[in-house]
Amino acid sequence: MAAAVPAAAALLLGCCGAALASGVQDQAEQFFRSGHTNNWAVLVCTSRFWFNYRHVANTLSVYRSVKRLGIPDSHIVLMLADDMACNPRNPKPATVFSHKNMELNVYGDDVEVDYRSYEVTVENFLRVLTGRIPPSTPRSKRLLSDDRSNILIYMTGHGGNGFLKFQDSEEITNVELADAFEQMWQKRRYNELLFIIDTCQGASMYERFYSPNIMALASSQVGEDSLSHQPDLGIGVHLMDRYTFYVLEFLEEVHPASQTNMNDLFQVCPKSLCVSTPGHRTDLFQRDPQNVLITDFFGSVRKVEITTETISLDPDLADFERKLPKDELATEPQKYAEQLPVAQIIHQKPKQKDWHPPGGFILGLWALIIMVFFKTYGIKHMKHIF
Amino acid sequence: GGMLAAAVLLLLVAAGPGLVPVRAGRDALREELLLSPLPDGDVAATFQFRTRWDADLQRGAVSHYRLFPKALGRLVAALGVRELHLALTQGFWRTRVWGQPPLQAPAGAELWVWFQPTVTDVDKAWEELSNILSGIFCASLNFIDSTNTVTPTASFKPLGLANGTDHHLLRYAVLPREVVCTENLTPWKKLLPCGSKAGLAVLLKAERLFHSSYHSQAVHIRPICRDASCLAVSWELRQTLTVVFDTFSSGQGKKDWSLFKMFSRTLTDACPLASQSKVYVDISPKNKEKELLEVTPPPTSVHEAIVQGDKRTYAVYDLLSPSLFNTSRSLNVQLKWKRPQDSSDLPTPILHAQRYVSGYGLQTGEISTLIYNTHPYRAFPVILLETVPWYLRLYVHTLTIITKGKENKPSYIHYQPAQDRRRPHLLEMLIQLPANSVTKITIQFERALLKWTEYTPDPNHGFYVSSSVLSALVPSVIAMKDVDVEQSPLFTSLFPSSDGSSYFVRLYTEPLLVNLPTPDFSMPYNVICLTCTVVAVCYGSFYNLLTRTFHVEEPSRGGLAKRLANIIRKFRGVPPL
Repeated sequence: MAAAVPAAAALLLGCCGAALASGVQDQAEQFFRSGHTNNWAVLVCTSRFWFNYRHVANTLSVYRSVKRLGIPDSHIVLMLADDMACNPRNPKPATVFSHKNMELNVYGDDVEVDYRSYEVTVENFLRVLTGRIPPSTPRSKRLLSDDRSNILIYMTGHGGNGFLKFQDSEEITNVELADAFEQMWQKRRYNELLFIIDTCQGASMYERFYSPNIMALASSQVGEDSLSHQPDLGIGVHLMDRYTFYVLEFLEEVHPASQTNMNDLFQVCPKSLCVSTPGHRTDLFQRDPQNVLITDFFGSVRKVEITTETISLDPDLADFERKLPKDELATEPQKYAEQLPVAQIIHQKPKQKDWHPPGGFILGLWALIIMVFFKTYGIKHMKHIF
Repeated sequence: GGMLAAAVLLLLVAAGPGLVPVRAGRDALREELLLSPLPDGDVAATFQFRTRWDADLQRGAVSHYRLFPKALGRLVAALGVRELHLALTQGFWRTRVWGQPPLQAPAGAELWVWFQPTVTDVDKAWEELSNILSGIFCASLNFIDSTNTVTPTASFKPLGLANGTDHHLLRYAVLPREVVCTENLTPWKKLLPCGSKAGLAVLLKAERLFHSSYHSQAVHIRPICRDASCLAVSWELRQTLTVVFDTFSSGQGKKDWSLFKMFSRTLTDACPLASQSKVYVDISPKNKEKELLEVTPPPTSVHEAIVQGDKRTYAVYDLLSPSLFNTSRSLNVQLKWKRPQDSSDLPTPILHAQRYVSGYGLQTGEISTLIYNTHPYRAFPVILLETVPWYLRLYVHTLTIITKGKENKPSYIHYQPAQDRRRPHLLEMLIQLPANSVTKITIQFERALLKWTEYTPDPNHGFYVSSSVLSALVPSVIAMKDVDVEQSPLFTSLFPSSDGSSYFVRLYTEPLLVNLPTPDFSMPYNVICLTCTVVAVCYGSFYNLLTRTFHVEEPSRGGLAKRLANIIRKFRGVPPL
């Protein structure tokens, strides 16, 4: 986010300089051409277990790029289905590497995971997207987007033709995903949406989309497998998937003020490098991919408005401090509780349980016993018994 | 500290109008690092950051937060929290080898809260609190619900000021499966006034902190006395982080250690917002013969204190004293062992415990807890709190407590049986431990079969039973006098001391991992496939037989191709089509 301010300032300066040459109208149009005012990212890793290290590394590398380009943690919903960094099998704890020889630690020192471990379920994912979350959910776990938000959704894991597997126990189908996006469109929860998926047969997941303003990329076509990049013999597992590896390499070149567009992203990872054929879908998208900047989705370039009027902050804080409420003093001194009051504990009376009348099974059983009793012995013998 | 603050205040006032004078004494930060070499060569580092705020959070609208983090202040005020203790731990503190811990926490996440008497619906406030904390600390605390929450009646008395202790205002929950990693450390560091940019917190780098045998980070909020008369209440926030480094394995075989070796950083300055910033190194001579350790650079002072019944000596480095950074810009405390250690140096702690599960098969089992009292002549009571999940059905009639071969009847038992899918088992006992004895507590259980949707995605890993808690007042050899909280180091004022003859200790046993009978999760799919196939084949054939009508078809004369083929066949001598 700190990088966005000088970048926005540079953009503004560039604008001011060019405004003298070409018309102000022209510049203003270029300035406001994308139509979004804020950026969100939902990054999901759906795989559990140590041998799926690469899926967590995929998601964390996209998280890293997105943070570097300016989207703050409060606007990123990161879902990791398992913990690889502090996994007992990780020879270097608190690190997740993307390249062999441990060159790049994508986990970093400043990471905030919103949904982790057992919380990454299909239900939670769909609730985050559609906004139907229980009222007690904290702010960091919500997708608080509006109709001017550009959302980046990245999913990775194991998938098949028309589904994506969550944590080895459930799946999300492409129909469910398309319906969730339609719900988002009807509730105006996004301005434009970029959907990237890195799984086997990933293109099947975007086949069923029918809401406007969605652009989708996948790492492989239907019938193809997405392959992993390279193993690290020190860690013992494959570190990243090919498609995301080359996307990460591509994104490392992008900075908040760069003008690279979506067409460049479509060219990332040709079949010679990726072995699978990456696909994309742009028919639902209004703008031409040539005009869509990478930073429209991956970055958070803020539009800055400069004002020339002076605002005076209240200089008289001493006055404010005098007006603070005086604390009432208690009449008698308070004391600390005894940590192990043995005498008090031994003589503690247990709380009387409220008496509830017997219900259900017990009542039925007793009714049966009494009925059998009276059937056997008859009413007239009652006076002999009582 | 006070003189310094007054001098700063004068300076600020003299600097001119436009600078705001800070009201000295409103809130204060003290930071402290305690380095203790452990008996087997490892090193324990305990960080404590204590913010004390002389304001009453409960009453009045407090809107100006300075050192006290706003996230926690708003939480305490809005939900009527009296005390909050949250600990996230990875690893286990080996009491028998390392000695009594300064402050132990069980593996996973532990949250216990005392609410104010004004809170009407404690369960609702508890649920809201755990959700808000899960957002602040990036931990899955939202999984805390009635199936893992208990209300202890004898343990976990408030550590701060309390007028009454109605235990219905207390809630305690442990999530033993919770993982602690950098994503929990990041928000914890962000709560510190200086963040991780200055002071002792620069040492907190995740790559080194998690490469350790034990890592525990905690947040404690409680009300304390503002002064000796204790008529007004201040709020105290303590953030503690304890980490045990295995210097032998990570130090390439040499047991000498330094700050740089442990944290890959050195200290450069104190946090500018702190009123006190000190590093204590435990240099107590073990056998009182000669010194075991040598510390460089020379400390600013030496402090002696009686901690946990032992007289201990500490080398103190005061980061705020100007003489410390005269020679070099950074402080790298180094410690060398003067003579090699032998096993006679290892002291056994007076109280330690062990717990394990035994049995075979997937139906029954037995939980055994062993409590050791190694004091030669004093007996003392201990409260044992056990929380067992509902799917391990405890047989309370098989509960046996045996000390020195004889049965030991507890003075107080509180047992709350579990309700399936609603409440866990709670067992609290006050047991008298005779001197120099081992007490064995055993209870048998039966494993329940869960519904197939209740299993976790990795059910073959097993299910965790959270640690049991032992609270005891351990008699100390040396009489301890009352400590003045403001003058003494922070690690001596964790628990309020009642009298000088004993100190309070809270120990946790190991968590248990128990396998439940797991179904074959592919069976629903198999059953659906098989049933559909059978239904399709049987019903399909039956339907066909019932509804298919047969009629005879006249053979057609055939087209041109057939006639040509017949002509060729006649030539060949083969019968026609």
